[in-house]
Order: sequence, then structure tokens, then C-alpha cells
Amino acid sequence: MQTVKMVITGPYSSGKTEFIRSISEIDVVSTEREVTTEAERREKGATTVAMDFGRITVDDDLVLYLFGTPGQRRFDFMWEILAEGMLGFIVMVDSSKPETFREAKSILETFRAYAPTPYVVAANKQDHPEAWSPDDLRIALRIDPEVKLLPCVARDRSSVRDVLLELLYAILEEMEE
Amino acid sequence: MPIQGNLRDFSTTQLLNLINLSGRTGVLRIFEGVPTGDKDANGNEKIQPGKERAQVLFRAGKLVYASSAGQLNDLIAVLNKGGKLSEAQAKVLRERAKGTGDKALAMRLIGANYVNRNDIVACVQQYVLEIVYSVMGWNREPFRFEENVNIDAADRILVPIDLQNVIIEGARRLEKLEEISKHIDNLDLCLRFPENPKEKYAGVHLSVEEWRVVQFVNPKNTIRQIAKANNMTENDIRRIVYGLEQAGLVEIVRPTTTKPPVAASSKRAQPQVVQRQVVNRLIDKLKSLS
Ligand SMILES: Nc1nc2c(ncn2[C@@H]2O[C@H](COP(=O)(O)OP(=O)(O)OP(=O)(O)O)[C@@H](O)[C@H]2O)c(=O)[nH]1
Ligand SMILES: [Mg+2]
Repeated sequence: MQTVKMVITGPYSSGKTEFIRSISEIDVVSTEREVTTEAERREKGATTVAMDFGRITVDDDLVLYLFGTPGQRRFDFMWEILAEGMLGFIVMVDSSKPETFREAKSILETFRAYAPTPYVVAANKQDHPEAWSPDDLRIALRIDPEVKLLPCVARDRSSVRDVLLELLYAILEEMEE
Repeated sequence: MPIQGNLRDFSTTQLLNLINLSGRTGVLRIFEGVPTGDKDANGNEKIQPGKERAQVLFRAGKLVYASSAGQLNDLIAVLNKGGKLSEAQAKVLRERAKGTGDKALAMRLIGANYVNRNDIVACVQQYVLEIVYSVMGWNREPFRFEENVNIDAADRILVPIDLQNVIIEGARRLEKLEEISKHIDNLDLCLRFPENPKEKYAGVHLSVEEWRVVQFVNPKNTIRQIAKANNMTENDIRRIVYGLEQAGLVEIVRPTTTKPPVAASSKRAQPQVVQRQVVNRLIDKLKSLS
């Protein structure tokens, strides 16, 4: 059986766990634990510590694994291990939180340095009233025009599917070259 | 969609760059920052918008107007500040011209040979720029940019100003190096020209120092090397590169000659080797999911 792997990364609370949860056929094997600091608690109840793990089975001999990285820098020792052998990666950005854009860009650069695989950027939480549009995010994060920057609502399964599809198309395009 | 946030995270310079690149029309409002007592995603103090401090108007990516709370901002104030009306004249005029809009007043003043058209344009420009340069020095105010507004609604004299020059001049005046260092944090990166340099450089006024940097722009020269060649300090080069980059005149890139640093342990992740057919099967599977 062949397994392939994609990595979902991005800053703290950008929606990585939600993204995997929306599409995985198994309950996400999450290594979440309650957040520890006061500020984080106000934001949400649980944070990913080691990784999230989701699965999509194609058939008897092909399985796609989705790995979500922990968003907090204090767990970034896990990143390089998760990046090993990935087919591509997705950078999730919380479009409603400009204070996280700089961090998102820095995570993107870090992952790009791990491996020269294709990637896409997901402008998540587009349902949020304060979300920046994908076009504005492209300028704010200085994403090259050839890199796909996609609108996303991680809670919505079809939106998640579309982002994964776009990454797969990017991988195909890369193979063509 | 409105663009909102805090200047701490997204500076006025970056906003001007965004509005310039996307050719936006609308109004940028900047507010007093009122701490909520909460923390944001970065663990910084969360700040709520309070009273409005300034308003900046744009049309098709050009700066056209700015006003500042605590100033009168009408044509009389503008001409007074620009030295075209004395305090006494301004006072008399304000009494007499009560209720007259800026545009009508401008016509009357020109008709009465008080001022000419160029004086008015120059004074408005100077007034607007002064406000914008001062806003560029703010760094903790909440902001909000809205597009669905009729910027011609109020009776204001709008004078279009290219944002590239404003961004460069603003960077020259920036006293705080903090924002610049945050942005240009790696001097071992290189510079390259944008896609359509001719268009971008048209009408831009560069200083000698800026030209000295521009002549070394090449994806093979690191920022550090350019500084050395020009005998500039790190702070000098940071400030210049910041201005040029924010104005869209250069882009920061990784050097093209040196390979990206490979981790010493060669732990660098190798991409998985898969066949097209595998990717196609994944695509089909995902397409089948509702
Ligand atoms: N409105 C909205 N909320 C979302 C969306 N995606 C995620 N969220 C919410 O954002 C919060 C963070 O989502 P998570 O999936 O836990 O984020 P994460 O990236 O896994 O966070 P860490 O593991 O702590 O780094 C949760 O409260 C989610 O319900 C979305 O598309 N729209
Ligand atoms: Mg998580």
C-alpha cells in the first residue's frame, strides 16, 4: 500500500485542526491539550501540541494522510519531522487577524526551506466579518503571483476539499515542468 | 470587505503600499487606541478603536485628501497653514464666508485675485502630506479602510498625489527604526526589480543615496554587500531598502547564486517521489467527496 502525506501548517489558532477535522474520514487523532495561558484560553479551549492526524482512503492501495502542525512556536521542534517526505503543504492564515500575518509568512518561509515541494496558502475564516480578502492577503503577506492563495472556510467541507484539490493541481503542474 | 487592524501589526506604510498596488478608492480612518485589558493572538495588549484621529482619502490608488482631528481642515485653514492667508485674514474670511463650501470659496478667492489655482493645489498638497507623514509615524492605532463610500460627497478639494513618492518620503522621515528592522530583518537577502520597472519608476523622485542603492539591485548582490559597496551603515541601508521596497520599486529575494542553506545534518526533508497517476487518483477521490 502506498501512503502520501500533506502537511497543514500556519500560526496558532489559524484553523489547522478544524481543516483536517472537516475532511478526514477518521476522527482526527489530535494531540490537543488545554491551553495554558490566560490569553490563549480566551482565544480557544485547546491547542495542538504534537500534531493532528487525519486520513483519506482512496482505495486498498492508496491512502492520503493529513498532518497538522502545532501552531505555537514552542512546539516547532515537531515541524521538520512532520515535513519529512511531504508531497506538499498548506499554510493556513486566519484572515481576520492581521497580527498573525507576519508569523504566517515566517512559517511559510521555514517550510519552504525544509523541502522544495509545492504549496498553497489558504485565507481561512473567510466567513468572519473582519476577514481580509485573499487579494489583500497576497499583498500583505507578499505572496508571489505564481503561488495559489485560496479563500477558505475550514468548517466547510467543500471549501476544504477545494483547497486540497488546488494543492494537488499545483503538484501536477510541477510534475509537468 | 473592509481592511482593518492595528498599525502595530500592519503599518501605515504597508497600508499605503497595499492601496497603491490594488488601485483602491476609499477612506482610511485611524482611531485613538483604547486598551481593552485583553490580550491578542500575539500576547500583546488588545486595542479597540476610540475617537477618530485622522482620515485619509484615496482614489484609484492615489492619495487625494487627508484631515486630522483637532484641526479645522477647511480651505481657510489650509491656506493659512500654507502661508497664503495671515491669521487676521483667515479670521475675517471665516466670518464672511460662513456656509461657503471649499470649492466655491476657492473660486471666489481666485476671482478676487487673492490666490491662484496653483497656490491652492500646492497648499492642499502640503497640508495633506503633512498629515499623512505624521500618521506614518504612529504605531499602535486601530485603523479601518472602507471602499463603499462616496469620497466626493463632502465638498472637499481633492488633489491626486502618487503614493510611491509619499511612501519613500515617509520612510526618509521615519524616526523609529523599530518597524524598519522588523521588516528588513535579514541583510543577507538580495534585491530585484519588480516586473514592470519602467512603469513603477516613472515620476518617482529618488535621492542620490537611493540611486546609489538602486544601481546595485541584482539578485546576486545581498543587501549587506550593497551597503558595503556604498559605505553605508546597516541602519542607512535598512531605511533606504525599506522605502524602496514599500514603494514597490524593488523586491526582496533570496540570492540566486548561493543554494538555499542545507541543514548541516542533511535532515532536509526530501520530497516524496510519486507518479502522476497517484496524484490523479487523489484528485478523483477528492472530487467524489461531497
Ligand atoms: N469563523 C471561523 N472560525 C474558524 C474557522 N476555522 C477554524 N475556526 C475556529 O478557530 C479556532 C481555532 O481553530 P483550530 O482548528 O483549533 O486552530 P489550529 O490552527 O489547529 O490551532 P493550534 O493547534 O492551537 O495552532 C476554533 O475556535 C475554530 O472553531 C473558519 O473557517 N471560520
Ligand atoms: Mg490545532
